[in-house]
Amino acid sequence: MALLALFSSATFAFEEGLALSESSWEEKAEWIETLSKDTTDEAEQILQHWVGGNLFYWPAENRLVAGTKEGRKYELREIIGGLVINVVKRKAVKKIKVNNKLRRQIKQALAYRSLSSPDASKRLKAITELKRKPDYSLLQTLLRLEVANPDLTTARDLRSLVGLGYLESSRSTEQIEGIKRLTGNLSSEAKEGLSRLLLREDLTSDVRALGQRTIKDIEKKLLYWGHAQNIVFGVSLGSILLLAAVGLAITFGVMGVINMAHGEFIMLGAYTTFVVQQIIPGNSATALLVSIPAAFMIAGAAGILLEKSVIRHLYGRPLETLLATVGVSLLLQQMVRSIFGPLNQAVTSPEILSGSFVVNAAFAITYNRVFVIIFAALVIVGLWLLMYRTSFGVRLRAVTMNRGMAASMGIRSQRMDALAFGLGSGVAGIAGVAISQLTNVGPNLGQAYIVDSFMVVVFGGVGNLFGTAIAAIGLGVATKIVEPIIGAVLAKIVILIFIILFIQRRPRGLFALRGRSVEE
Amino acid sequence: MLSTLSIKKRFAALSLVTSLLTLNSVSAADSIKVGVLHSLSGTMAISETTLKDTVLMMIDKQNEAGGLLGKQLEAVVVDPASNWPLFAEKTRELLEKEQVDVIFGCWTSVSRKSVLPVIEELNGLLFYPVQYEGEESSKNVFYTGAAPNQQAIPAVDYLIGELGAERFVLAGTDYVYPRTTNKILENYLKDLGVDDSDIMINYTPFGHSDWQTIVSDIKAFGSAGKKTAVVSTINGDANVPFYKELGNQGISAEDIPVIAFSVGEEELSGFDTGPLVGHLAAWNYFMSAEADINDEFIETWHQFTGDEGRVTNDPMEATYIGFEMWVKAVEKAGTTDVDSVRPALYGTAVPNLTGGTAVMHTNHHLQKPVLIGEILEDGQFEIVSATAGEVIGDAWTNFLPDSAKIIADWTSPVSCGNYNLETQQCSGQNF
Repeated sequence: MALLALFSSATFAFEEGLALSESSWEEKAEWIETLSKDTTDEAEQILQHWVGGNLFYWPAENRLVAGTKEGRKYELREIIGGLVINVVKRKAVKKIKVNNKLRRQIKQALAYRSLSSPDASKRLKAITELKRKPDYSLLQTLLRLEVANPDLTTARDLRSLVGLGYLESSRSTEQIEGIKRLTGNLSSEAKEGLSRLLLREDLTSDVRALGQRTIKDIEKKLLYWGHAQNIVFGVSLGSILLLAAVGLAITFGVMGVINMAHGEFIMLGAYTTFVVQQIIPGNSATALLVSIPAAFMIAGAAGILLEKSVIRHLYGRPLETLLATVGVSLLLQQMVRSIFGPLNQAVTSPEILSGSFVVNAAFAITYNRVFVIIFAALVIVGLWLLMYRTSFGVRLRAVTMNRGMAASMGIRSQRMDALAFGLGSGVAGIAGVAISQLTNVGPNLGQAYIVDSFMVVVFGGVGNLFGTAIAAIGLGVATKIVEPIIGAVLAKIVILIFIILFIQRRPRGLFALRGRSVEE
Repeated sequence: MLSTLSIKKRFAALSLVTSLLTLNSVSAADSIKVGVLHSLSGTMAISETTLKDTVLMMIDKQNEAGGLLGKQLEAVVVDPASNWPLFAEKTRELLEKEQVDVIFGCWTSVSRKSVLPVIEELNGLLFYPVQYEGEESSKNVFYTGAAPNQQAIPAVDYLIGELGAERFVLAGTDYVYPRTTNKILENYLKDLGVDDSDIMINYTPFGHSDWQTIVSDIKAFGSAGKKTAVVSTINGDANVPFYKELGNQGISAEDIPVIAFSVGEEELSGFDTGPLVGHLAAWNYFMSAEADINDEFIETWHQFTGDEGRVTNDPMEATYIGFEMWVKAVEKAGTTDVDSVRPALYGTAVPNLTGGTAVMHTNHHLQKPVLIGEILEDGQFEIVSATAGEVIGDAWTNFLPDSAKIIADWTSPVSCGNYNLETQQCSGQNF
């Protein structure tokens, strides 16, 4: 209680820092309780710094300060005003720690404060935060707010927050009101609130019946949306498979070269993204755009080099090509390991790709997935145009269909081989740029995609871009449908067995290419 | 671009060759050979390279301080290339051809299992520095990483006691460590009265990168009105996309905290930890531990690697403790002979880097503190909980009915790594 008096006085005594820094989690929770009741700006600032991990006790002056890490030292600032006081070593200050539980408590306290903020987005954020841990004691305030502030942006969320608050009540009329407000609400908070209510033992029978009916209704809808979501997940997985495989569809599918180093070209693309980000720091969106052509050129150049130095001499000898490219793949991995080290490199995602496109509480797709899906579509359309609408494409297809005839028509078939291989490798590099947005960038990155890529190309029909696209999306969706039923490990096996059986029946894959080369 | 790369590569290869040559040229009878068996290429290089460097750093330090028994220490570094059978071959090479006196090495359990028969046959000495699933105690191996009761059990205790978790997702990569740990945890949770329906177990393949469905399953599992937590034994590379997906689907650490046993400072240095703040890890060491000896260790590490940005982690501390213990035991025994060093190791105490003392027990496991850390924005951990005292590593867990009656004790009268208290029989080592 002494604390309370202290905090509510206008001047906050910062000496309290020592006690705060030495208190246990339970004691800290009490401090937060006290601070959250304090309406002064100081209290709010302290909570803000605390939850951000920037609150320090400074023994030299026996008070609380805000601190930020600058290299190996700490820059200390006034809690109010933010004036820089000093720069000290790590040991000169003691951090006021925060853990998960306290972080939630502080966030709730801060959210409660900004409920009546004039800024609608702040209000919405506050409501979203409060929904995570509904509190019956807030109900009266919320109801008042609902009447006083009938604005559209927050009305729906406020309605469900009030509903959640009602659910925590012990009176059955209020519980029913709460259930009514949450009917058809698909958010996980609503489901959780209702489940929590139903776990209680002191419910009247009609509340229980209504609650069960409502939650069943929600679950039915969730199931329906869950399926839709799963299909989108599948398409997203499929588009990654497609990006990884489409380069192989050219080198293996069209040219017939078994390139086991294909995965490493993807890795080169991902590392290019990393390097470009190092060169253009601070603007990851530009860096990402720049790295698309850069990755294409670097992986493409590596591909042409590989074709001219190794593969050219092994045409018509698939087994030796396979072995040689396995060697090249190991070489590339170890090269990257020697240059960049064995650790994963951090590739940051641009701000616009974080967050998600929300249809409703049960159906959302993250922007980076949307990016990959669109990107994959663009790549496949671009490749199709290149192959079927340009003279380069005509010549390339001519060489793959009948090398001798094409050569006698004046096409430099060896040059076409190199260019085609470069194209396939370059596209793999582009895939690396997209993949760097989703997963690790490390020396082993390519290994994860090589088997899947071959699977997609063989399944789709060797030599057929369209088939590759259908196969990739199909396999992605199939994986995501099977996965929740039998688990990720078995799903992989089942899909593999399916493809093996399928290839037994249709050795040329989904869409078999017709032409002279096929008959050979 | 490419030609410069390959020149660099050639330089790296050249310097490697020369360093090996110099190592060999010093080799004479007046040096003590230390084998380093960590993968420097292949998938495990990401974790193991650091440990090789740690051993080399410790050897440097020891040599600067005058060596051991008046002799210089000499590192014999081999590369088992993340290839499990190659681990056995390289062990044989180290022991028979190079005649090393001790080996520091292995990371994965499967590599250790592959080394076991060789090291037992040739009576070598291996210090294994990584947290593992337990259920083993070899006469020739000292386990300086955590056993399940030094990591998994205290972690679950924290989730229940501090965070009030009532529902658990046990998510792991599909191999022996997660499977055994999850079996132990499942039994432990059930003993505590957690209902079957409140436990969800999920396994994924190595390097799993598409977590969309699993994370949305976890989200659904977590909205059943009870506080839910994830216990993650997901290995290595698969962690990054897993955490990214959690962030993407808007699951914060306050909603569903994830406690991991394989995610440390080094794993986090590979990605943006912004969305991970508040998720947890259980280890015996964190770089952020406030102790003078830790500051000193970090300083030496930065000097040795010449990189201020390099982090330290738990397996490094385990390597450090193992090395210091071996040095002490050799000094005590006055020889590097395995049969003399082994008994000298029992009871050996070495200060650990977090401020306490690590003691080697006769079951070849350590007594160490258990720490719980929360991930911070800068990729470091905030230590939020520490066990009251040090915990003694339990080779055979007490939470599986078959293992509860088995103990390991390598001093007489038991002298066995797999001793059944009921039948009073030593059943030897199960491979």
